Amino acid sequence: MHTPLAEPRRSIYFDYQVFPAHTASVNAQVQHHPVVIVGAGPIGLTTALDLARYGIPSIVLEAERQVSEGSRAIVFTRRSLEILQQVGISERVTSAGLPWRFGNSYYRNQRVFRMEAPHDPDDRFAPMTNLQQPCLEQFLVDACHANPMIELRWGNRVKALAQAEDRATLEVDTPAGEYTLQASWVVAADGARSAIRTLLGLQLEGASYEGRFVIADIKIDLDLPTERLAYFDPHWNPGNTVLMHREPGNIWRIDYQLARGETPEQALSADSLRERINAQLGIVGVANPQWELDWCSVYSARALTLSDYLHTRVIFTGDAAHLLPIFGVRGANTGFQDCHGLGWKLALTLKGIAGPGLLASYSAERVGAAREIIAEAGKSTRFMTPPSAGYRLLRDAVLSLSLTQAFVRPLYHWRTSRPHDYVDSALNCKHDDNSRFNCGPHQGAPLLNVRLGDDQFLFDRLGASFCLLYFTDAIEVPSDIQAQAQSLRDQGVPLQLLAVVGNRQGEVRGADGVIDDPGGHLRNKYGASAGGAYLMRPDQHVCARWHHLNGQALRDAVETALGNE
Amino acid sequence: MPSKPLWAMSENPMEHKQLTISDIETLYDQLADALDHIEEGKRELFLVKLALLSAQALGDAEQFLALTRTALLDL
Repeated sequence: MHTPLAEPRRSIYFDYQVFPAHTASVNAQVQHHPVVIVGAGPIGLTTALDLARYGIPSIVLEAERQVSEGSRAIVFTRRSLEILQQVGISERVTSAGLPWRFGNSYYRNQRVFRMEAPHDPDDRFAPMTNLQQPCLEQFLVDACHANPMIELRWGNRVKALAQAEDRATLEVDTPAGEYTLQASWVVAADGARSAIRTLLGLQLEGASYEGRFVIADIKIDLDLPTERLAYFDPHWNPGNTVLMHREPGNIWRIDYQLARGETPEQALSADSLRERINAQLGIVGVANPQWELDWCSVYSARALTLSDYLHTRVIFTGDAAHLLPIFGVRGANTGFQDCHGLGWKLALTLKGIAGPGLLASYSAERVGAAREIIAEAGKSTRFMTPPSAGYRLLRDAVLSLSLTQAFVRPLYHWRTSRPHDYVDSALNCKHDDNSRFNCGPHQGAPLLNVRLGDDQFLFDRLGASFCLLYFTDAIEVPSDIQAQAQSLRDQGVPLQLLAVVGNRQGEVRGADGVIDDPGGHLRNKYGASAGGAYLMRPDQHVCARWHHLNGQALRDAVETALGNE
Repeated sequence: MPSKPLWAMSENPMEHKQLTISDIETLYDQLADALDHIEEGKRELFLVKLALLSAQALGDAEQFLALTRTALLDL
């Protein structure tokens, strides 16, 4: 019998709510569902909300009866906010979160590097937003509870999984006993210690690093801006690295490396925590620090991924699929890109619209992204926690030189999570004008946001569909394009046709909507001329662009993007 | 009278400033002296810093890698 914690977890800043466990399925008839998502973390819940946008219902199984413990992820990137906007919770995140764009690295009390993440006026969201993961999960839970397409089953732990060619069968343990359910597809979003990964006996490939960090969240009123602070080789922790981040509600995240040979138990003892956190607070100028501990744990950096995210009827996403180092905020932010890449592909596959290559492209695109991230993350991890004597010497030499030599300072950059470009995706059009554009988002890249007016942005206009941005000053979309768009819709392909006009005409026949671009800002940013177009996949990545579009080219590009090649 | 440049002996002299024998002798002594005055345990750090500064002054990553391989010979 599965007995999840029935008492609310303790937290200074978050009121945990314990939800009733789902037990109604025990002793009931076996049900078959199109999608069962395992794990109600940020990635599982976002997947459920994303699928619901396409009319795909899902069951979400969560072993616990409340949102996750402690503050895990705290930094969410602009791309994550753009994805969360699509599932309807970005406003809650931005109103609760703290936006920021600067990072500082210190060595011997000198600021030796300052990162400034660019913030384009065309962007709705800040480069980074800090918010504690339980708060983010709560917003997602609220949205899922309010969505009739989603059934969130708390206190349900998967204990066995069997696969056939066309379905998976799950044995689920609850506080009232066990039950069986079947799914056409299982999405494994059950995190770093994925039970599904273990049940399938899958091994992650990649590297683990020796450096271990204490992660502590404390409540303290510090008069410091929301910026990332990194301290190298501070007097109280020689040779090691300390990070500080502001979280909402006067909570501060302090990450510091354990001394060599120190055990997690020693590092997490009350005396050790107090002494070290006080020493670090001394460095930022707090003489007699008064603070309260919310949560602490020990973390070690790993850079691992499954080599395939698709295993018959089970699809891996988020930390269940890969484990990435914290430096560069790559955990949850990579997961959001995973599940947003998966949502439309799984939905269109279930609807019978997708070609045979569409789901396979999810694995190819996201495993490729994970490997690229691992290569990048490895660089910053080797700088933060040198894995060998040679790396340590080089790192220490750079620290020392950085006090006077500008050329080494960029090595402090921790290569923050960025949206992945699916440049080599099989879904990209082979016969468009991609290489003949001088600017604008290229094939595989996410669309670039554009300010359209006061509190109005291009991304606000996007939905759960392909989107064709058609640049024109004519009063009607050419009839061959209209005909192909209609024929694709008749096939069930979700396709939105937005006309971008420079002449203030309020309507373009054959278009679903008009984007008024009187100054030509969008047109110029995208390097487009009249008669040109961008085709965007439902996850906002560009899959084709043309200087002169015709109907057949549109059809061919959509067929390719549906995985028919 | 200046000594004969070392690079002049090469068949493919490089197009940058060249060290004379007396330059080499001087930096030999200076490097030894610097190493002698560095506290125990900091010599490696000093040499790595010097390597990075030299690489920056050289401005040629490929040539620096070739020099790294040369330095690995006959240790």
